[in-house]
Amino acid sequence: MSQEHHKSGTNRRDFLKCMAWAGSGLVWTLSGGVLSSKALAGLQAAPNAPRTGSRGSSASGFRFVQISDTHIGFEKDPNKDPVATLQESIARIRALDPAPDFLIHTGDLTHAQKAGGFDTVAQLLGDVASGGTFFVPGEHDVFGDGGKEYFARFGQDTRGGGWRSFDHQGVHFLGLVNVLNFKSGGMGMLGQEQLEWLEDNVRNLSSSTPVVVYTHIPLWAVYPEWGWTTGDAQQALASLKRFGSVTVLNGHIHQVLQKVEGHITFHTAMSTAFPQPAPGQGPGPGPLKVPTDELRRLLGLRSVTYTAGRQPLAVVDSTLG
Amino acid sequence: MLGLLLVAAFAGAALPARAASTAPAEVHISNFTFDPPTLAVPVGATVTWVNQDDEPHTVTSAGGGFTSPALDTDESFSFRFDAPGTYVYRCAIHPQMTGKIVVQ
Repeated sequence: MSQEHHKSGTNRRDFLKCMAWAGSGLVWTLSGGVLSSKALAGLQAAPNAPRTGSRGSSASGFRFVQISDTHIGFEKDPNKDPVATLQESIARIRALDPAPDFLIHTGDLTHAQKAGGFDTVAQLLGDVASGGTFFVPGEHDVFGDGGKEYFARFGQDTRGGGWRSFDHQGVHFLGLVNVLNFKSGGMGMLGQEQLEWLEDNVRNLSSSTPVVVYTHIPLWAVYPEWGWTTGDAQQALASLKRFGSVTVLNGHIHQVLQKVEGHITFHTAMSTAFPQPAPGQGPGPGPLKVPTDELRRLLGLRSVTYTAGRQPLAVVDSTLG
Repeated sequence: MLGLLLVAAFAGAALPARAASTAPAEVHISNFTFDPPTLAVPVGATVTWVNQDDEPHTVTSAGGGFTSPALDTDESFSFRFDAPGTYVYRCAIHPQMTGKIVVQ
């Protein structure tokens, strides 16, 4: 893969280690403030994996799962049935031991707000994790009606334009929305109101608090020509620079890429519906039409495990096949 | 009889303008681009956009004058431009896609 140029100097080994997981679906584990990831299959098989019963939570940490870009309503090559691949992803999540405390969905629940798409997602994810699912919208979920339907269904307890924060076992989570005010030229934008809220939200947190940011479009310039960047991300990251561990999770580009910038690690996620080309490869960011027998090696999910007292969270991407 | 003649006269007088306004003006959406990216048309022309991608796209004017629903493959959207000016538009789903209609 050709994304090494996105990586800044000091953590090349970790980066490469993580890249080895690319295309294999991740499980995020927050452990002492540091997100780290392992392939789902590996997690299930690992003899030393902590066993804390049916819940992922223990005195020392917890697990959550990120899924992204379910694109319910998509019905073309390379995947005419994204409901089926979402169901396969859910089966993988249900098999996790310890179980995740909750799920995060980083947007594009639906494909262009196809009728019934939100119902399908809500129904399928309804009881997968005891703590429910935290959503942020993708542009496919909001462009048609400015987010009216999405926010009516998934925007409970959010602020302003749909953003939110919550805390879980000492980890501070920030769900940011960067698909409502596209800047000319196509990049995502957070907007001044959200940036001010973010700055205020973290002002009184200790710098040792592990922070997890989740949003749809990357907060780094993966490929601006395709809109794979967020125009005002630097302002958001400036508010987070003092923290010892910041993990940024996003979707939108349907593939695993990672970048490390100081104490901030960026992780883009696979889709459960269809892959997209590597940045700049081909005429545009449309579905990558791979043969059926390759499809599931390019779809997947991510588990994150937090262990108290250890810095980076463990981030593991795993594929469906 | 007089009425019919009047209608015929009016139709004849209107013909040149009508011909100009119905000249085919089509923008193809393919590979995440509007083709041609800039299209010049006379006042009164109707422009039709046709999506040839497998991805849905929209035609959304920057000034709010016209906006299409999501166009799936082979679906089209038309808009008639009655006032001269330059109309910038983009795809609301992929806003890196931009185009321009110049109405003269």
